[in-house]
Amino acid sequence: MKKILAILMVLALVFCTFAACSKKEDTSADQAATDQAKTDTESSGTDYSKIKIGLICLHDENSTYDNNFIQAMKEVQKELNLSDEQVLIKMNIPESDACYTAAAELADAGCNIVFADSFGHESYMLQAAKEFKDVQFCHATGTTAHTEKLDNFHNAFAAIYEGRYLAGVAAGMKLNEMIKDGKITADKAKIGYVGAFPYAEVKSGYTSFFLGARSVCESATMDVVYTNSWFDIALEREAALNLINSGCVLISQHADSEGAPKACEEKGVPDVSYNISTIPMGPNTALISSKIDWAPYYKLVIDAVAKGTSIDTDYVGTFATGSVKLTELNDKVAAEGTQAKLDEVEAQLKAGTLHVFDTAKFTVGGKTLDNYKADVDSDDKFTPDTEVVKDGYFHESEFRSAPYFDVIIDGITEK
Amino acid sequence: MSKPVKAAKEPLFHIAKRNSMIWWKAWLIRGIAIVAALIVCALIIVLLTKQNPIEVYGAMIKGSFGSERKMWTLFQNIAMLLCISLAVTPAFKMKFWNLGAEGQVLIGGLCSMVCMFNIGDRLPNALLILIMLVASILGGIIWGIIPAVFKAKWNTNESLFTLMMNYIAIQLVSFAIMVWVPSGSSVMGLVNASTNAGWLPDLFGQKYLINILIVAFLTVAMYIYLRSSKHGYELAVVGESENTARYIGIDVKKVIIRTMILSGAICGLAGFLLVSGTNHTISKDLAGGNGFTAIMVSWLAKFNPILMIITSFLIAFLQRGAGEIATSFNLNTSVADILTGVIIFFIIGCEFFINYQVKSTRSMNKEEKK
Repeated sequence: MKKILAILMVLALVFCTFAACSKKEDTSADQAATDQAKTDTESSGTDYSKIKIGLICLHDENSTYDNNFIQAMKEVQKELNLSDEQVLIKMNIPESDACYTAAAELADAGCNIVFADSFGHESYMLQAAKEFKDVQFCHATGTTAHTEKLDNFHNAFAAIYEGRYLAGVAAGMKLNEMIKDGKITADKAKIGYVGAFPYAEVKSGYTSFFLGARSVCESATMDVVYTNSWFDIALEREAALNLINSGCVLISQHADSEGAPKACEEKGVPDVSYNISTIPMGPNTALISSKIDWAPYYKLVIDAVAKGTSIDTDYVGTFATGSVKLTELNDKVAAEGTQAKLDEVEAQLKAGTLHVFDTAKFTVGGKTLDNYKADVDSDDKFTPDTEVVKDGYFHESEFRSAPYFDVIIDGITEK
Repeated sequence: MSKPVKAAKEPLFHIAKRNSMIWWKAWLIRGIAIVAALIVCALIIVLLTKQNPIEVYGAMIKGSFGSERKMWTLFQNIAMLLCISLAVTPAFKMKFWNLGAEGQVLIGGLCSMVCMFNIGDRLPNALLILIMLVASILGGIIWGIIPAVFKAKWNTNESLFTLMMNYIAIQLVSFAIMVWVPSGSSVMGLVNASTNAGWLPDLFGQKYLINILIVAFLTVAMYIYLRSSKHGYELAVVGESENTARYIGIDVKKVIIRTMILSGAICGLAGFLLVSGTNHTISKDLAGGNGFTAIMVSWLAKFNPILMIITSFLIAFLQRGAGEIATSFNLNTSVADILTGVIIFFIIGCEFFINYQVKSTRSMNKEEKK
């Protein structure tokens, strides 16, 4: 008996080895295809041979947030025909001295551009920027570049609030459809929102989403719950289920796991997500997602370094730059005419005729928001310092790239 | 069905405890284990990633020794891991399973940060650093002494107790950060970046050198303490048998509490070195899992502080190498972690062959006949 078992196990091992080998051949075929693609695009004129980019990520591909940065980098690498030696990615770098070490090592390795993707990386990137003056340090979601005023330290973000507004429009149309079909009455059009942390980035996001929904469905209201974590499948699932049980008929989220979309699919409640299309995990409920595409910013910076031109201290990607995107609309879930409406609103946003935070469209404590001082310049005491309401709208992401809209408007309840 | 029944079916192998092994034989087995681990890893590398294993191993070495900065970072990582390992060792030798190093380090770091954050700009730097040091050590002691007192007085289970104290420490740190940084993203960032108040100064232009020297000194001190002091002897006896200890007049309760004070104090010191000498910030990941890795370092070295230099070097080297191969070969860090896991598995596994011998039943029977 033991001998038979042993023979079986050996056979299994041999089989596995062959399986692994044949898979290997597949990937080398893929590689050949990429090489072909590389040679095809080799004609843009700018010399990228001296470019070497380092990317520092808080987590790895398993986090939708970091994956978004990594995939965009790989796309750019392919498009600009950069070799593997020219793109170094360091994953799982914590927000500590390890980030400075990673940045310094990348600079030592000859990188002339270093990116970092997490908010907490900022002060370590800054530390490295002061030491390596010839290297450009670009930090996503950071807030201090405009006050530090270094030539080689830059912040970047995207006007994702515009993307969320648009996703909100799709959600509002869905609510209208539910009302029209008699599934709910107008006063029951309550949205549930699973947020990560009670910070400006999340508040700005859910407010723009809500304003988008209410622009088409006037009776919409919204409940927000926080999970106090960027990535927690169980908590996000629980939060979504609680919201659904308390009467929310549509869910959206600003947290990085599949917890909420899957809970929605189980309960048959429409869901709007972020960063990735959730249609594969919720074919009957995933409506649409908004996302930031970092590729345009990478290319901008690479171009600037290759040509020796300067880089914006604060960069805000928009629909126009291709940085703000919506993922595929799920026709199975979306209300009729949604795509046409989205195109129309997107054109208005691009043209600047429509402002997401138009003060005529919302109230705070029953009053119009005539003036608001936001904490734009970071300091220890978090003192509000900049007037951000003028010309009838709240100027989000204009005085620095990272969001600073942190007001709770009427119609939204934080639970 | 009336065949003569064989004597009870015997297994193919027998495992027997070895008496002892000559030192060079033991090291030969360890050497073979490392070579075997490298061969298995090479297979994994070739099959999964189709890279050249020699190049991958080269990159691992480069990750630790590729530049001056990398070497200093390696030494710093060794120093921190070693410091926490030194902290857990006396408790382990006493068979007090202190799984709370992570929390003790965190509390030590938190105490440093409280001083750095609140009185950083009001005191001369030397005095501030001294206060931070004392505060950290006290914090670590408090976190270590609570489970020790409960163990000594009511014989509570110290593994669960210390483990749970970790969570309290994590929540306290999260709470403190929320109070200090009410907006943003729950991230402290560098504290006192402009004044460097509470930062351990560079020595000969090297920012980690003070950390490394302190831990080097501590290693020697711990070696002497465990080997030659009365305390060291007492805690070893308590570890072997509490009844024997009582019989020869050792106050077991006192030894447990005293040893955990020492353990907690060194963890607190590690917290201080991480906040003041390394990160200049605090987060709940301050200890970065080293509180648990330290257990392995300490066990692998059989609680010998000098050997722990080698084991902590091994772990730190593998960690740094793993990061390097992930970056230079564009692999997911999980692949690097698999390789690290295989190597550690072999190294721990070979200890089995040093302590036990495996004999096939047939050869044993032959011996008996003789």
